[in-house]
Amino acid sequence: MPQGLRYRLLLIVGLALWGILYLIPSFSSALPGWWPSFLPSHHIRLGLDLRGGTYLLLTVDLEKAVENSLDQYAEEFRRALSEAEAGIVDIRREGNTLRFSAISESDRTIVREILADRFPILEPRIGSGSSSDIVVDLDGRQIEALHQYAVDQSLETIRNRIDQFGVAEPIIQRQGDRDILVQLPGIQDPERAKELIGRTAVLEFKLVAEEGSTRETETLNGQDRDPLSGEPIRTTYTLERQTLLSGDGVADARVRPSVDIEGPYVELILNNRGAETFEEITGANVGRRLAIVLDNTVYSAPVIRDRIGGGHASITGGFDIKEARDLAIVLRAGALPAPVTIAEERTVGPSLGRDSIEQGTMSFIIGGVLVVVFMVVYYNLAGLLADLALALNILLLLAALAMFDATLTLPGIAGIVLTVGMAVDANVLINERMREEVRLGKGARAAVDSGYERALPAIFDSNITTFLSGLILFQFGSGPIKGFAVTLCIGIISTVFTTVFCTRAVYDYFLVRRRLHTLSV
Amino acid sequence: MELIKAVTTIDFLHYAKGAYLFSALLILLGITAFWYRGGLNYGVDFAGGTIVHVKFSQQTDAAGIRAVVSQTDISDIAVQDFGQNGDEFLIRIPKSETGAENFSNRIRESLADGYGPEAFDVRRVESVGPKVGRDLRRKGILAVVFATFMMGGYIAFRFEPRFGVGAGVALIHDVLVTTTVLLVADVEFDLTVVAALLTVIGYSVNDTVIVCDRVRENMRKLRRETMRTIINRSINETLSRTVITTGTVLMVILALFFLGGSVIHAFALVLLVGMTVGTYSSIYVASPVILLWERETARQ
Repeated sequence: MPQGLRYRLLLIVGLALWGILYLIPSFSSALPGWWPSFLPSHHIRLGLDLRGGTYLLLTVDLEKAVENSLDQYAEEFRRALSEAEAGIVDIRREGNTLRFSAISESDRTIVREILADRFPILEPRIGSGSSSDIVVDLDGRQIEALHQYAVDQSLETIRNRIDQFGVAEPIIQRQGDRDILVQLPGIQDPERAKELIGRTAVLEFKLVAEEGSTRETETLNGQDRDPLSGEPIRTTYTLERQTLLSGDGVADARVRPSVDIEGPYVELILNNRGAETFEEITGANVGRRLAIVLDNTVYSAPVIRDRIGGGHASITGGFDIKEARDLAIVLRAGALPAPVTIAEERTVGPSLGRDSIEQGTMSFIIGGVLVVVFMVVYYNLAGLLADLALALNILLLLAALAMFDATLTLPGIAGIVLTVGMAVDANVLINERMREEVRLGKGARAAVDSGYERALPAIFDSNITTFLSGLILFQFGSGPIKGFAVTLCIGIISTVFTTVFCTRAVYDYFLVRRRLHTLSV
Repeated sequence: MELIKAVTTIDFLHYAKGAYLFSALLILLGITAFWYRGGLNYGVDFAGGTIVHVKFSQQTDAAGIRAVVSQTDISDIAVQDFGQNGDEFLIRIPKSETGAENFSNRIRESLADGYGPEAFDVRRVESVGPKVGRDLRRKGILAVVFATFMMGGYIAFRFEPRFGVGAGVALIHDVLVTTTVLLVADVEFDLTVVAALLTVIGYSVNDTVIVCDRVRENMRKLRRETMRTIINRSINETLSRTVITTGTVLMVILALFFLGGSVIHAFALVLLVGMTVGTYSSIYVASPVILLWERETARQ
């Protein structure tokens, strides 16, 4: 037996069995009950382009995140100042700095005390030159930490929203320093999901400004609808700038069925702190209008009739049931720390995915059959052997995809098709060399020996170069292209194994055991 | 069965000058097309923007769709026939969606108004922001350049430096000629096309390797012969393999081209062109360059 032929044949049969074992879960709709747990149960995972779904790359607006948290500091500071009963202190945010201008010396002292006491991470300095303002700015490390927090928090919030929305096997991960990658396989209504994920969902309660008030105000759009036609009408509200209660005070949000023609509404259940604040606000402002603002749009501004205890509030706005449900989800999951924008979107509808699978499989079968028939016609039994090696090649390739939990994409199918090309090339090289040797009058054994020996360098070099281009594709490619690179690289390994190692073992078997004298090539 | 009889004795290098002229003309055509079209026709992957791929239940025409979607007051909408049946269209907008600007939804709504909500199906939406587009473009160019150099380097290392130069020139030639065809046919450059170009590079190197391998072998066997004879003989000896392999691979690619569906169409087209060009270049570009190199060094 030349070079442990028995072990070589055993290895081939073993690998073939291994391949079949790994592919059973992918090709049977349900595994039998007796299928033991130590056996593989992975399916070949299909990419979004084949099963349909949405791929989103979201970019977190980090600059805005820093500004938002400084605004929040300013807000908390104002509250602390009014508790300390300080005089008039003007707090302004200028870019990434907060400026406190106090009129009296005692107020400045209070500001400094509060800063040291409650905001130890902020390092105050006295303003430049003659100015006696206190300036707080963030250093690079603090900004970096805020950036980190903003992305982590956004990731968490988006994950919560998607979980509550209900998508099977979503992928949500951080990419680079400010991007979040979201994959939603098999989603039916991508527009709705996009809206849900991309919404900042900052909830604020603000008082509608009164005539002649000295407080700072802002003007926001409303989202009222015509009660008869349901068409949106443009309205604006002038509100006091100060936020009395924000989304932090919300513990839960639920959709409530409609009680009148207004449609369903969303009920907010406030947490202890929120409920307390809400009771205070409503108690102090009976008779005034309290606006409920979401992402700078006023949803409603009911008149406060009485102090409201118990921690319940509601948002109405003529929603339909889907809108109300999505609103409840975003309020429960919380606000994003900063707005996100969609940097990249790829959505494939289920019908296109189905067509792609069908067409991909079809072209693969037609191409494959053409090649298989040609090989037998052209190389006779040697061609048949090459075909068998090709079948084993595809089997191992698919099994490896299942084992590595790799994703099969449409370009991935193209990669498999190209593997067929590479595999055929290797066997063509070997067979052509064997023909040359036979023409020179060599016997079967000598022809096989030198045929393989001569063809090998070319096969190795050509496969290594293709493998290199596969690696480059993997490195630089994104999404579906990576899938192509993966199948190409795995395909090359299985190609070299099946076309060289396996066919050679079969030849050796026939040459030695069956005393083959003439080659059918 | 044999398509190519035992050993042919075609004097391939005799036609090398004509081949140079032919390649030069093709590349010149490419440069003209490049200049005439004002650069490559980038798809949304590289240029940024949004495409909405719509399939209608009945045949319709691009002009009608253009009239309907122009109601959306989105500027610069382009509508393009896609696939062969006259019922699939690509609607392209030069700007990307940001979340605040939801183009695909507005297109969908305007189509629902114009054709009825059941008359069409949005099959695919792709939207790429300017930053991502720039990034992908950079990565795409890097990948092609990197692949070319790596292949050339590998061959220079495995064979001899001049083989590496020959293979490198052949690769650059293949990429340029394939790009020319894409420019003339006005095919959009996107990620899929770059992937296909890289595959072409892989295959082309493959062909060059096979010829070079034979040249190397014959150089050892036929020490007395001139390089010209050796190369000619090597090309002839590998001709059978070249024809059979290219033929079978083309069979598979043709199957992809005709049956693979609209999405894979551009990919298959690039492969179809590139495979043909790659086979031609390994015979008529790589080998003559090796010979040329040989003559130059001999003269010094």
